[in-house]
Amino acid sequence: MDIAVCIKRVPLSPGRWTLTADGTEIDTSSSAMGWTLSPHEECATEAAVQLKETDGGTVTAFTLGTPESSEQIRELMAVGVDRGVLLETDGAEWDAQATAAALAEAIRADETDFSAVILGTESADVSGYQVGVRLAHALGWPIVTNVKGLSVSNGVARCERVVGSEREVYEVSLPAVIAVKDGVNIPRYPSVPGRIKARKKPIDTANPTRSDPRVEKVSLALPPQEAGTAEIIGNGPDAAPRVVEILKEIGVLA
Amino acid sequence: MILVYVDHDRGTLDELSLQAITAARGLDSDVQAVMVGADAVALAPRLGEFGVGTVHVAVDPRITDYTPMACGRALASVAQQFHPAAVLAVGSPRGNEVLAHAAAILDEPFAAECTEISLGGDVATVTRNRWAGNVLETARVHASMLIASVTAHAFAAESIPGAAPAAVVEFSPELTEADLAVRVIDRVGSGGGGVSLAEAKVVVSGGRGVGEGGFGPLEELAELLGGTVGCSRVVTSAGWRPHAEQVGQTGTKVAPELYFAIGISGATQHIAGCKNAKTMIAINTDPEATIMSYADYAIVGDAGQIMPAIVDAVRAAKG
Ligand SMILES: Cc1cc2nc3c(=O)[nH]c(=O)nc-3n(C[C@H](O)[C@H](O)[C@H](O)COP(=O)(O)OP(=O)(O)OC[C@H]3O[C@@H](n4cnc5c(N)ncnc54)[C@H](O)[C@@H]3O)c2cc1C
Ligand SMILES: Nc1ncnc2c1ncn2[C@@H]1O[C@H](COP(=O)(O)O)[C@@H](O)[C@H]1O
Repeated sequence: MDIAVCIKRVPLSPGRWTLTADGTEIDTSSSAMGWTLSPHEECATEAAVQLKETDGGTVTAFTLGTPESSEQIRELMAVGVDRGVLLETDGAEWDAQATAAALAEAIRADETDFSAVILGTESADVSGYQVGVRLAHALGWPIVTNVKGLSVSNGVARCERVVGSEREVYEVSLPAVIAVKDGVNIPRYPSVPGRIKARKKPIDTANPTRSDPRVEKVSLALPPQEAGTAEIIGNGPDAAPRVVEILKEIGVLA
Repeated sequence: MILVYVDHDRGTLDELSLQAITAARGLDSDVQAVMVGADAVALAPRLGEFGVGTVHVAVDPRITDYTPMACGRALASVAQQFHPAAVLAVGSPRGNEVLAHAAAILDEPFAAECTEISLGGDVATVTRNRWAGNVLETARVHASMLIASVTAHAFAAESIPGAAPAAVVEFSPELTEADLAVRVIDRVGSGGGGVSLAEAKVVVSGGRGVGEGGFGPLEELAELLGGTVGCSRVVTSAGWRPHAEQVGQTGTKVAPELYFAIGISGATQHIAGCKNAKTMIAINTDPEATIMSYADYAIVGDAGQIMPAIVDAVRAAKG
């Protein structure tokens, strides 16, 4: 079965975030900044690769983003993605409606007849909780979101979703959109041969046109934080008695 | 008028949804609600207590349990009929999902996880959480009807003393088979005993610095303090601990009296899950680690040596 995954390149900071001077972007100019994928999307990809391994087929990764997003596609190729489709942007942010429309268009127009789209329930950066749902409506497919357990047999996906201490069970016939959460599986690490193979896999590019966002970002801010730094109560095991005092002070130890 | 989607689980009201009603009352005094399923009928009058005038309850014999797309369809149909200034729900997994369906059906924008909302004709302004609340976005939403979820706990549920019960209007939404295709068909227990991570008063969390074999003393300390063990994503992705213990943006969000961050560097995505801890104690070999700027107290040194000493001291103190 042929599966599409939708993934997004996002910044990763080794420490606290800082914003650009105009307050509209996370400052990614420092050399310490890196780029990554959301764990939800790593898990979406792992789920697709596992299904490919048991049932055969292919996995294609779609991303709408800057040309540098092909780095994230290559990372996923190293763990089993076969092909990438980059919907190239100039870096200006697309809202969820436009993103889902462009992804739906690309998935529909693709030469591959996909049986499923697997993606994240929410993106790491925007956290919009909707691209998957909009994509499902555009494709006319069912969607299950917040998926923490997934298996497919005879063209039916069985999905589990955690609610309190229980798991809700859903079953949908393919083709379907499945929006997963971190923890649905443990994504594998890329192997050296995987990385070498990844370099030769194809990435197709398209250039969709951006429409004016209907959810329009005006500015970003960092939440107020308690300034300060921890009181160092000791070095090494000798600090243990002081820990007991603190536990008593805050009332967690009688 | 403001329309609020109020969730319930097989006849048990979702208390978080009441917070969305409070948010709605801040925008307009005319607040109406939509609930879905026959077992909502008995719950609906109670919403009057929180300021809802009328509850539109979608009833269809084929809806016997949570059916997300049908909920979105029912909500969208009431919105189309009454043209409210805003359609709100709480930012729970179900609230966000139902609003996303309604927004897709209506082809309108949807702003999830808002902490502030102000309406203004064709353009509303919201403050919303990005990066699980580590970054706040101010956004303009271009729509004559704002569809937005409010972050859980951004508004408190406020009852109105002496308010009349809400009027209940049952209706049967137009639903296709496709709207009913995705629904809860079964429930299975996760069998998780012990103290739940989200509710624990003490969380003893370990990261990469604890090492694969180092979690024993963390378990002992959690047990002694009636708490539970948490961890970072590095730990779950290495398979050292189950994902159910992961704290952070893509894990569980905790708000304990006391949080131990042991061998955890303090990445913003981890902090997103534990910043509401009342007191944080960090243990780290690196005095410059980011976690030091979030913790109240810190011990610099090797967790492998420090943790057994703390366990012994706490055990002795308990006598
Ligand atoms: C979108 C997104 C979502 C994410 N969601 C989450 C999430 O939900 N939860 C989460 O945790 N992470 C999450 N992450 C990952 C996160 O960015 C970090 O990679 C992760 O939190 C780091 O884990 P860590 O602190 O255990 O490891 P590291 O960052 O490697 O830190 C290890 C720490 O241990 C210290 N140390 C080393 N040896 C010792 C010793 N012997 N004794 C004491 N200290 C020692 C080191 O000084 C260091 O500070 C997410 C990432 C992204 C991009
Ligand atoms: N620009 C994008 N390119 C590809 N996939 C995306 C993009 N934006 C969002 N997605 C997918 O949609 C999911 C939900 O995103 P969101 O609605 O922004 O929270 C993400 O986890 C991704 O899997």
